[in-house]
Order: sequence, then C-alpha cells, then structure tokens
Amino acid sequence: MMPAGTAPPGIATPEAGATVSAEAPVPAIALEGVTKRFGTLTVLDDLTLAIPPGTCCCVLGRSGTGKSVLLKHIIGLMQPDAGRVLVEGRDLATLDRRELSATRLRMGFLFQNAALFDSITVGENVAFPMRRHTDLAEHEILDRARAKLGAVGLADAFDKMPGSLSGGMRKRAGLARALALDAAILLVDEPSAGLDPVTAGEIDDLLAGLKTDHKTTLVVVTHNIPSARMLGDELVFLHQGRVLARGDVEALEASDDELVRAFMASAGATG
Amino acid sequence: MTDAAPHRVARGLSLVGDFAIFCGRAALDLVRPPYEGRETFRQVVELGWRSVPLIGTSGLAVGIVLSLHTRATLERFGAEALVAPGLGVALVRETGPLIAALLLAGRMGAGIAAEVAAMKVTEQVDALEATAVDSFRFLVATRVLAAVIALPLLTTLMNFGGIVGGWLAELALTGTPLTTYLERAFSLVDFTLYISSVLKTAVFGFLIAATGAFQGLTTTGGTEGVGRAATRSVVMASVLVIAVNVVLVRLIFVLFPELQ
Repeated sequence: MMPAGTAPPGIATPEAGATVSAEAPVPAIALEGVTKRFGTLTVLDDLTLAIPPGTCCCVLGRSGTGKSVLLKHIIGLMQPDAGRVLVEGRDLATLDRRELSATRLRMGFLFQNAALFDSITVGENVAFPMRRHTDLAEHEILDRARAKLGAVGLADAFDKMPGSLSGGMRKRAGLARALALDAAILLVDEPSAGLDPVTAGEIDDLLAGLKTDHKTTLVVVTHNIPSARMLGDELVFLHQGRVLARGDVEALEASDDELVRAFMASAGATG
Repeated sequence: MTDAAPHRVARGLSLVGDFAIFCGRAALDLVRPPYEGRETFRQVVELGWRSVPLIGTSGLAVGIVLSLHTRATLERFGAEALVAPGLGVALVRETGPLIAALLLAGRMGAGIAAEVAAMKVTEQVDALEATAVDSFRFLVATRVLAAVIALPLLTTLMNFGGIVGGWLAELALTGTPLTTYLERAFSLVDFTLYISSVLKTAVFGFLIAATGAFQGLTTTGGTEGVGRAATRSVVMASVLVIAVNVVLVRLIFVLFPELQ
C-alpha cells in the first residue's frame, strides 16, 4: 500500500491549499461554525472541529445526532446552511466541480450501509475508483482490487454480487472500495456495525495500521467503545448537533455530563 | 378554488421548471465531453437490445390486427388493393413511432426510474459522487443518449414487425407472396416520410429517459419511493410523448411540406 496522500498513477492531486501557513500545520479537516437544518430540525448546530493530519477522530453520539451528516459535509455531499468545511485548507464551498473531484480523490468514504453498486460484482466495485481515476493497467487494477478485498477478509468474494453478501460482508467490501485509491483521509461510518467481534477487531487493526503506517487521517463514526479506545486520538461526543464532550476515552468516561457518562458506560458494556 | 389549489399550481409549475432545467443539463451533457462510452454502451444493450422481444412481437401483433381491420373496411369499397399501402403508411407515419414510444415509456421509463431511485435511496448515487464521479453525467446522460440511439432503431423494428404481421394476415386470407406484399406496402413510403417519422422518436427517447431519470433522482422515501418513481415516470413519459407528438407532427409538416 502506498503512503496516504501518495496518489496512484494518473490521479490529480489538489494544488497547494489557499490558507496554508508556515507556522501551524493545516488541519486535514476543519469545520468552522457549521450549521445544517432539515426543515425545522437543526442537525448540526454551529459545530467547530479541527482534525490534524494523520490522526483519528472518533465521533460518538446517540442515533440521529448528525454523525453521518457530519461525514457527508466533509466529503461535500451536503453543504452547510452556515459555516465552512475545509479539507486540507481548502473551503469546499469555493471549489468548482473539477477541484471538488480532486479533493474527493484524496478521501475514501465507507457509507453506513456500504452503498455498493449492486449491478456489478464486488471486485468490480473495488476496481471502479481505480478504473475511473488511474492509468493503471487492467491486470494491475484487478490485482489491487483482490489485495484490497484480501485485506478486509473477502478474498473469495471478488466475483460475487453485492446482493449475495451478508450485511457485515457488504460493509467490509465497502471498506475495500473506500481504500481503493489509498486516500489520505478516510471517512468511516460505523465500520464494525453488523460484524462479529473477531472481524470487528480485524477491521480495527486494519484502520489502526492505516493510521500508524500510512499516516491516514481517519474520521470514524462508531458506537463501539473498544474500537474508539483503540483507534481514537480524540473522541468527540455529539448531541443535538453540538459537541457535548471531547477528549480521550478516560476524559469522556469522567465527563461532567451525565448523558456522556451513561453513553460510555452502556456502549462500553455492549461494545 | 380551495386553499390548496394555489399551492398545487405552484408545485406543478416548480416541477415543470425543475424538469426543464434537468432536460437542459441532460442535453448539454450529451454533447459536452468527457463522454461515458462504456456506460452508454451498457445502457444501449440494457435499454435497447433487451427491448427487442417486446417491440418485435408487439409490432407483429399490431400489424396483424391493423391489417384485419383495414381489410374489413376497405373490402366494402372494393379497395382491398390498398390494404398493404395503407398499413405501410399508417405504421411508418404514426402508429409505429407512437406505439413503440408508449411501450418503451413503460419498459425503459419505469426501468430507469426504478434503477436510479433504488440507487438514490441506497446511497449509491452519493457513493458515485464520493468517488469523484459526476453522477448526473454517469446516470442520466448515458441513459438519455442510449434511449436517443435505441428509439429510432426499435421503431424501425416495430414498423418492420408490423408490416410482416400485415403480410401474415394477408397470406392467411389471400395467399399474397411476401415480395408482392412488401412492394405494395412500401409503395407510398418514401425516404422523407420514413426519416422524419423515425427521427422524431429520438425526441421521444430523450423525453422517456429524462423523465425516468428525473423521477428516480428526485424520489424520496425508501422502497415506497422507488415504486412511486416508476409509476410517475410511466405516466409522465406517456403524456409527454403524446403531447409532444402533436407539436412534432406540426413541425414535420412545416419542415417537409410534401408530406401534407
């Protein structure tokens, strides 16, 4: 695997960020006062967050608190009603289509339900981003796709259709696709949901390896406290669109807020 | 007027506006590179080639029925010799294009709407965008172009099937040989008539695919939304085909006065 941010041959990389400063390292991801509303419901409420490059931020919170919406803002699938989303110093709202595509190529995204393309095989799903965005030869693309599937324990699923996979297998195939371009930033929505504890542990190991070996920036939405403990440099607890608590696992477990403590206790017990 | 009426009118106008913008973008993406050749070819096979059995058999059946009805009427006036030429003109000029378009509004329109809507509700459209693929170009432009290519070809098949059906009916009743029948059937069909009629189905193809993709991409509400998108697509595409046909017929008469 290439170091994160080293794009495979043929992939365009974004030009130098507009707000790069010599003193402070530019956060891989920064949200500044992001607010998002769906009708009368405020899902993200003046959210501010900065994630340094090469670190892992685990986003926790009860269902419906805007965790997946947060990830979709980071990759530009949703636009905030107020505030800014910056990826490697570039404000997504100021990018044209081509620039946004170049920025998205720096990111991998695992959707909550995997979102595999169900009209093509699992192997084709993983090969898809490479076919679209690299100059790799066909045999090389297929080799890499097999390797990515092997890394998530799905080497035998290359020729299967997504519809024939279990939920956990779909999730892993989705992760393999997200890893296809060796992205510098990986956004992962509940990677261990639906997986048995052993497989969940293997996925955690894989993600941890990306962070330590390839300096990949990770944003992981999870309810699994052992995963968060293992992966997270920082944990962020979202509630009603706001950051209710942040810090490491111990800090959240010792939080002044009863909801955070209760969540950590119950999720820790089930996780 | 009830209180809801102005709201409905506004919503209807908004829908028309949104669809017009959607069609404009689809038309632009048809001519603006980069082109999605591989996906377009896949859609030509999916939407066009797989419609061949439907259109072929329908054409045959329509030809037989039209021939039987026409013969029954013309016999009263001793004009049986006009059965084949009449059928040829009727099929090529209007019946073939319109029936083919309406059948394909069902098969293609519903298929596109259901597929795109299913991709929308399962976040596959978002997954395309997340992998830096222009989902509109990939999903809409390719299907619209495939339908624009497929409709004239399928209409030709419909016409041919209809004429063969007409011949089968005549063969059973009068034993007319195929060559004689074809000669008569095409005696009043010239190149201008054929081209003008078949090319208008390219417009129908655009409308059918654009309607399906529009309904698919704007759907909401999970699997229920998928079904709703398919149904709405068929209704909207059928009405559009019939309404636009009126305009196209008039346009053809202006462009080709010899056809009046």
